[in-house]
Amino acid sequence: MSDAPKKVIFEVLRYNPGVDARPRMQSYEVPAPKGLTVLDGLLWIKENLDPTLSWRSSCRMGVCGSCAMFINGKPRLACANQVAHLGGGKVVVKPLPNYDIIRDLVPDLEPFFAKHAAIKPFLIRKNVEELENPSGEFFQSREELINYIQFAYCIKCGACLAACPTVATDASFLGPQALAQAWRYTSDSRDEGAAERGKEVFTAHGAFRCHFAGACSDVCPKGVDPAFAIQLMKQFMFREKLGGCKEKHGTEVAPPVENWTPREGIPKPPDHSV
Amino acid sequence: MRESTLWFWHIIAGAVILVLLGLHMTVMHLDDIIGLYADTTAWETVIARSQQGFFMVTYILLLGAALYHGLYGFRSILFELSLGKGCQKAINWLFLIGGLLLFIYGAYVAIAVYSMKEVVL
Amino acid sequence: MAETAKHYKNRLGLWGWLGGGRYGLERYAYALHRITGMGILLYFVLHIFVTGSRLGGRESWTKWMGGFESGIFEVGEYLVFIAVAYHALNGIRLALTELGLLMGKPTRPLFPYRSAVLKQRPVLILVMVLAAVLIIAGGLDFFLLGAE
Repeated sequence: MSDAPKKVIFEVLRYNPGVDARPRMQSYEVPAPKGLTVLDGLLWIKENLDPTLSWRSSCRMGVCGSCAMFINGKPRLACANQVAHLGGGKVVVKPLPNYDIIRDLVPDLEPFFAKHAAIKPFLIRKNVEELENPSGEFFQSREELINYIQFAYCIKCGACLAACPTVATDASFLGPQALAQAWRYTSDSRDEGAAERGKEVFTAHGAFRCHFAGACSDVCPKGVDPAFAIQLMKQFMFREKLGGCKEKHGTEVAPPVENWTPREGIPKPPDHSV
Repeated sequence: MRESTLWFWHIIAGAVILVLLGLHMTVMHLDDIIGLYADTTAWETVIARSQQGFFMVTYILLLGAALYHGLYGFRSILFELSLGKGCQKAINWLFLIGGLLLFIYGAYVAIAVYSMKEVVL
Repeated sequence: MAETAKHYKNRLGLWGWLGGGRYGLERYAYALHRITGMGILLYFVLHIFVTGSRLGGRESWTKWMGGFESGIFEVGEYLVFIAVAYHALNGIRLALTELGLLMGKPTRPLFPYRSAVLKQRPVLILVMVLAAVLIIAGGLDFFLLGAE
C-alpha cells in the first residue's frame, strides 16, 4: 500500500444563514480510496479541512434516511453512493431542492413531515375500542401483506419531493411521500379509513396533481415506488366512481391459537409487565 | 364539485377526444393519403360535412369534450403554481363561465350551419 | 431561541417542471405533455372562432381561409398536428398508467429495485415511435401530397 489514493474534487454548497445572502459553492480536494462514499468524503472534509461544514446523517448504511442530498444532479443518499460509481471527475453536493435550506446541506423537512401527518398514516378502524384495548392481533395473510409492504419501506428521506416537478411549484401539494403512505394504509387489509383518508388525499392539491413524471420512483433509495402507489390510488378512485368499490371491512381479530405446544427448548415469553 | 369527479370526467373526456379528434385529424390532415377530398377546406366540402347530422352531432360532442379536457388540464397547471385561495376560486369561475360561453357559441355555429339553406354540390 | 435564522428558499419553481436533474424519460415526457397541451388549447379556442366564420356564408369562409394560406400558417398548423399526435399517444399511456395498468403488481422490494416506471417504459418508447410515424405521415400530407 505504498501509492497514495487518487484525489477527487468535492464541490459543496455552503450557506450560513447569519452571514451569507445566498448560497455559494466551495471546492475541496479529498483523497478517494476504493469504496469511499459521498458521506465518507464529507466526514473527511469536516475532520481535516473545514469543521464548519454541516449536514444531517446518522446510520451511514442507508436505513435512517437522514443524509439524502442532491448529488451529481439527482437526489440520493450520501451514505449509499460511492464516489467511484457516480461517474465524472467531480462530486457536486447540494441540499435537496424544494426544501428551505437551514444551513449548508441541511434542508428544512418540517413541511414534509406535516404533509405525512396530514394523510393519517395509521390504521383507522370503526371499532375504536378494539384499537385502544386490543384483544388480539388483526388477521393478515401473506398475500395481503405483499399488497402494501413495499410502500411501507419508506424511510422518510425526502428525496422524492426533491425530484417531483409538481412540488417544485406547488407548496400545498401533498407530495409523493405522503400520497404513497396514504395508499400504504388504504390498501392495508386491516384498514377501514379509505373514506376518511380520501378527504385529505383527493383534493385539489392531492393525488390528482400527480401526472406520473415518475421522478420520485427513479430516485427512491428503498424501492418504495411512490409513483406506483399514487397511480394505484387513482385507479381505486376511478373504480369507486364507476361504482365498483364496496366499502371495505377490515380483517377480524385473529382467534387465539388452540392446541398448540411450543417446540422443546424454546423459552416461554415473559409475563405482561403492565 | 369534488376534485375526484372533475378528474374522472377529465379521463373520460380524453377517451372521447381520442376517438373524435382522431377522426377529425384523419379527415382534415391525412386526407391526401386516404384520398378523401380534393380540398378539405374548400367551402363546398366544408358545408357538405357540416350539413350531415353525423358531423353536426360529433362536432358538438368534440367541442364539449375538448373544452372540458383542455380547461381542466390548464386549471391543473395553474393550480400547481401555489396561488392563493381567492385566485383559485376566480380561476374556477372564469373557466366555468368562459368554457360555457365558448361551448354555446360553438354549438350554435354547428347547429346554424347544419340548418343553413345552401345549395350543396 | 434568541435569533431566528433565515432559511434560504430553495423551491425550484417553473424550472423544476422542465428538468432540474438527471431523471428518467417520463419526466421529460411530462413536460412536453404540458407544453403541447397548452399549445393545443390555445389553437382550439382560436379554431372555434375561425370556424365560426361558416356562419357568414361562402364569402366570409373563403376570406378567412385565404388568410391562412401563407407558409407560416401552414407550418404553425403542422406544429399543432405534431402536438396533437404526441399529446394523444402519450395521453393513452398516461390514462392507462393513471388507472394502475401496465405497471405490474406491488411486490417485495428486492435490490436492485425495478420500479413501476421502468416496467411501463417500453410502452413509452412504443408510443414515441407511433407518434413519430404519425408525424411523418402528417408531414407528407401537409407539404408533399396535394400541396397547392
